[in-house]
Amino acid sequence: MENNNYLDMELLRFTTAGSVDDGKSTLIGRLLYDSKAIFEDQLEQVKGSSEKKGLDHIDLSLLTDGLKDEREQGITIDVAYRYFATPKRKFIIADTPGHIQYTRNMVTGASTANAALILIDARKGVVEQTYRHSYIASLLQIPHIIVCINKMDLVDFDEETYNNIMKQYKEFASKLEVKDVRFIPISALKGDNVVNRSPNMDWYNGSTLMHNLETIHIGSDENHTDARFPVQTVIRPHSDAFHDFRGYAGRIDGGIFRVGDEVLVKPSGLTSKVKEIFLGDDSLEQAYAPMSVTITLQDDIDVSRGNTITKQNNQPEEKRELDLMVCWFNEKPMNPMGKYVIRHGTSEVLGKFQEVVYKMDISTLQRDLENKHIGLNDIFKTKLKVSQPLFVDPYHRNRKTGSLIIIDEASNETVAAGMIV
Amino acid sequence: MIREVFAQFQNPAILFSGGKDSIVLTHLAKKAFWPAKIPFPLVHIDTGHNFPETIEFRDQLVEKLGVKLVVGSVQESIDKRRVQEETGINASRNALQTTTLLDTIENYQFDAAMGGARRDEEKARAKERFFSHRDDFGEWNPKNQRPELWSLFNGRKNMGEHFRVFPISNWTEMDVWQYILSENIELPSLYFAHEREVFWRNGTWISTGPYIQLKPSDQPVVKQIRYRTCGDMPITGAVESEADTLEKIIQEVASTRTTERGSRADDKRSETAMEDRKKQGYF
Repeated sequence: MENNNYLDMELLRFTTAGSVDDGKSTLIGRLLYDSKAIFEDQLEQVKGSSEKKGLDHIDLSLLTDGLKDEREQGITIDVAYRYFATPKRKFIIADTPGHIQYTRNMVTGASTANAALILIDARKGVVEQTYRHSYIASLLQIPHIIVCINKMDLVDFDEETYNNIMKQYKEFASKLEVKDVRFIPISALKGDNVVNRSPNMDWYNGSTLMHNLETIHIGSDENHTDARFPVQTVIRPHSDAFHDFRGYAGRIDGGIFRVGDEVLVKPSGLTSKVKEIFLGDDSLEQAYAPMSVTITLQDDIDVSRGNTITKQNNQPEEKRELDLMVCWFNEKPMNPMGKYVIRHGTSEVLGKFQEVVYKMDISTLQRDLENKHIGLNDIFKTKLKVSQPLFVDPYHRNRKTGSLIIIDEASNETVAAGMIV
Repeated sequence: MIREVFAQFQNPAILFSGGKDSIVLTHLAKKAFWPAKIPFPLVHIDTGHNFPETIEFRDQLVEKLGVKLVVGSVQESIDKRRVQEETGINASRNALQTTTLLDTIENYQFDAAMGGARRDEEKARAKERFFSHRDDFGEWNPKNQRPELWSLFNGRKNMGEHFRVFPISNWTEMDVWQYILSENIELPSLYFAHEREVFWRNGTWISTGPYIQLKPSDQPVVKQIRYRTCGDMPITGAVESEADTLEKIIQEVASTRTTERGSRADDKRSETAMEDRKKQGYF
């Protein structure tokens, strides 16, 4: 590994999803093990645990099942993040649980992912969970889906079984908005086609899972067109050296800002020009998403947290009523009369649901127009009215300025996530 | 994220251990608010068993940055009988820190404590959130964590509750070292190879010193060693190393085959040692 370019190496974030016992944890364990990302002391720990369970092989799934409760239950219960690197790329895995009641964790893991790994048990074929996971991946706009048809060793590495499952999946996926779907026959337990090519499936001409992960084009998630700079905080040192310094600190959520650019502040509509851009004490000529910087303006205009610095000819939409797709995360059902706290970028406002347009049955992709009751794991289309205007973009244009979270005023829990249609 | 903490909370602080991760975190905070000073204090939980090099480094850094330092003393907690000192050959003050930390947070009414913990360090930390909610007893409930989507963080809380925030959660050990190199960040001398009197215990080299009891069978020897983490003297194991520059350390990290916490005796007490301590309010 060339040390000097390590920090510039591409980073791929991917989620893994599968039903209970699809062998998801084993697959991650296999990726880590075969790419030599496992340390000796971790391996010793896992060897010890495997022996205690009376197994005759090393149970690779124990590498990723993090917490005590789930080690006892034998299933993953929360989002766990794993890190590894190969000489080509760095990876962050969001390992999310497969069973029905934890859809919220899937959505959480998917919100920042470039790719989704979907596991299908070759003996069972496409099941309801497969539909759910694929729908969520498309709803959250994960650009790439890799379908791993696992446990091929248990169906004698049969090509026809693989082809049937692929056909079944493609029929369903044609109804989704997914740009790129790939299929790989694997055995996570035995290692076939994970990191090393399988000697048992000559009929498969594609590349291994690892090769796919290393080469998928990370069609940059960032929007480099629409300039958006939500202000987090105002920096005023009040020191002798920087007596009149007034910097706006935040993270660029879209587009490019250059020194001298004409800018417009929402909601005031005041205009000015970019005077300086700082990253720490380094002065920059330009900055782009997703950099965190401090910007100073030529004119002393009023800008505060929650404002968005943008450009005259390319402004976000100002909205008091939002059309949203929402995933509900809480045991407590949605209260159609209730007020909720809405967090969008650096703004916090109050919001009230106007109506449930439809509820999505994500195993059939049917819209349910009758049942308006919203509970845990429901995904629905809605209209939301907010107390102050928000400055938004559609989610498909910008995942940051197009997303929001919904918080219960009483419990302070995050109860739902919304994507602007 | 550090700015987000400053904006969302009334009284945040950085938990500063003197280790490289909290040094990097402090460096990031400096950059986030430049040219202003870091607008909140550094909190150090002093077990009284720290390496003198750590304390010296801490004091120099605080002076250079012009920030406030708050020290929570484990010795004081022991004197006040808030906690009881462990005895025996493997005695350590590591577990006692939790009480001192929670007391310090309560006394100063910090509502957000930022730490340099990373998810790649240990299994229980792999599931930690960036904004981690603690109830008014300071306890962590891994099953009741708030979902975190995109980069929207929910820091709303009730009176008496606080948050632990981990801005460099997603960094790996390699990321930290590479960043230290590229930003030219100063570190305590402990991280670089040096000669020290050590003895072999529980699979690692432990420094001799005033806080550790030697068994008659322990054979102290002088070795060329360095530390990969900076904890208390009695529990932090050193590795034999020739790496006396950042570049050499990075090469060593790239080729190493054990995790950095692998030489921490506190994690070896049981397989879920970290998770159990976290539930009680440890970092």
